Amino acid sequence: MPVLRWLRRHLIVIAGLLTLAYMILPNIVVMVFSFNKPNGRFNYSWQRFSTDAWKDPCGVADMCGSLSLSLQIAVWATVGATVLGTMIAFALVRYRFRARGAINSLIFLPMAMPEVVMAASLLTLFLNMGAQLGFWTILIAHIMFCLSFVVTAVKARVMSMDPRLEEAARDLYAGPVQTFVRVTLPIAAPGIAAGALLAFALSFDDFIITNFNAGSTVTFPMFVWGSAQRGTPVQINVIGTAMFIIAVLVVLAGQLIANRRKKAQP
Amino acid sequence: MTQQQTGGDVRLTGISKTYGSFAAVQPLDLTVPQGSFFALLGASGCGKTTTLRMIAGLEEATTGTVTLGGRDITGLPPYKRPVNTVFQSYALFPHLDITENVAFGLRRRGIKSVKKQVDDMLELVQLGDFARRRPHQLSGGQQQRVAVARALINHPQVLLLDEPLGALDLKLRRQMQLELKRIQTEVGITFIHVTHDQEEAMTMADTVAVMNAGRVEQLGDPADLYENPRTTFVANFLGTSNLIEGEVVSTGTDIVVSAGGGKLRLPADRCPAPTANGGRLLLGIRPEKISLAHRDDADEIAEGRNRVTGRIVDSSFIGVSTQYVVESPAGKSLQVYEQNVERRARLTPGAEVVLHWNPAHTFGLDAAQDIDAGVETVEDAA
Repeated sequence: MPVLRWLRRHLIVIAGLLTLAYMILPNIVVMVFSFNKPNGRFNYSWQRFSTDAWKDPCGVADMCGSLSLSLQIAVWATVGATVLGTMIAFALVRYRFRARGAINSLIFLPMAMPEVVMAASLLTLFLNMGAQLGFWTILIAHIMFCLSFVVTAVKARVMSMDPRLEEAARDLYAGPVQTFVRVTLPIAAPGIAAGALLAFALSFDDFIITNFNAGSTVTFPMFVWGSAQRGTPVQINVIGTAMFIIAVLVVLAGQLIANRRKKAQP
Repeated sequence: MTQQQTGGDVRLTGISKTYGSFAAVQPLDLTVPQGSFFALLGASGCGKTTTLRMIAGLEEATTGTVTLGGRDITGLPPYKRPVNTVFQSYALFPHLDITENVAFGLRRRGIKSVKKQVDDMLELVQLGDFARRRPHQLSGGQQQRVAVARALINHPQVLLLDEPLGALDLKLRRQMQLELKRIQTEVGITFIHVTHDQEEAMTMADTVAVMNAGRVEQLGDPADLYENPRTTFVANFLGTSNLIEGEVVSTGTDIVVSAGGGKLRLPADRCPAPTANGGRLLLGIRPEKISLAHRDDADEIAEGRNRVTGRIVDSSFIGVSTQYVVESPAGKSLQVYEQNVERRARLTPGAEVVLHWNPAHTFGLDAAQDIDAGVETVEDAA
């Protein structure tokens, strides 16, 4: 049976393509509907092709404001969580101190805790402290839950690092700062980058915790949620598509650079 | 490379290291003359690496001082010491290519034009073609040479080598031993080499310090250590020794000892232990210095030689020689290595034999020590 034989030989490729399609299909729907011209307020059924939304992405009131706020929060949360998380990861791997074991497990708590519960508790905390809900409370909350992911990513990297490398650097006339900048940081960089990317993605599309602690501030996920009640503007799909394309471009660029570097070496 | 550093001796004075209640290195004094190839030899955990790391500055000494050419460097951090290390795992920087690895020390000291020096150094270790590779693209032996180049390019006053050949296979190790010896002769820098391999230490070093349990047991040139061990540890750790316990019956220029029902002699000047009639003494004899004769031929043995009778329990043919294990009243398993000059058909397990050797080849040791100290067990060798 030639058909069966062909199937057997290509089963892995077929399964791979099906899985890929399963993952990519929602993104394609988002993309396609960014070119839709809906009748009425809801962008749920295909009417006809139009580029109106792409020509005027900020045409919906408050949407671009919320987008810029979300990006700002994501950037600062990434910076904060990455710096703190990297330091915590190094401390946990490299040093022996009291309560190290306890901290090691406590750091995972934000990952394990149901988000709704954590969001509600945070709100209680902020209200009791008399904090003004808004940008800062969101940022503090985001840094908090991103921290565990950064620590996990960096810790894995630091644990696999040979401490002799830093000793070798010190032995070769590098002071503490030089050792850190020239040896420790470059070797830990992939772990730190992975943690930072994770933090950015988590912060950018967090809804539950943000919704509880935002006060009257509206982030992009909150805007999408809100508009879904009243009608979904096509511009949401435009923003979604743009983010998707940017992410794909970043990944491609990374691959290209890695390939070129590999080729440069004999 | 002809530029000679005006260095000086490395002198350790009363240096020690304790972790909590565990003494890794007992207070020890050691002088390494400038330009020498010095080996610290011992089993794992004997404190040799800790001693080396204290010279490098990677480990803080609990007590004592390290001086280099008269200058006290005890308090200096590693990056301020004119000393470089070749690490056991090489510790090459994985994110830098070979050139940048080798140039690392020069660059940290603010030297801008490093190309010529790096090229020369890679030439010295025969790796000129690999300058742009990354460490993981090199074999173990090549990585090891990069590690040596990376340290030597700084013209340290002392080069420290921490088991640098431990990860290489046997053949490559032999080759690198000669290579390192050649480089040392060429650059004239003091090498301090830490190893657990006694053959490696004896092949390469001018002076060997045998360490055990945080102390230096004995120090000397390899031949002297081998011929005149002063402790049972050195006698057993450096090669193999047959140690026979006996009772002193007379002293003089020759000491006569009664052991296993016979009388054995040794020169008094080869016995560092105190002797008195009636006292206990350990006699030592290296396996290759013993000759074997079948009991039937015992009459042919020359007068004046030490004799021990026994029975062969095991023999193994290893090409250049045959190794026999002999059971005798003097010792349970005496080792004898016989050159394979001619086949000796009668010397098979079970044969009754006489072991005989020149009394001048016998050394004496204090019987108050552990007779098995330093014997390599199976776990140690693994």
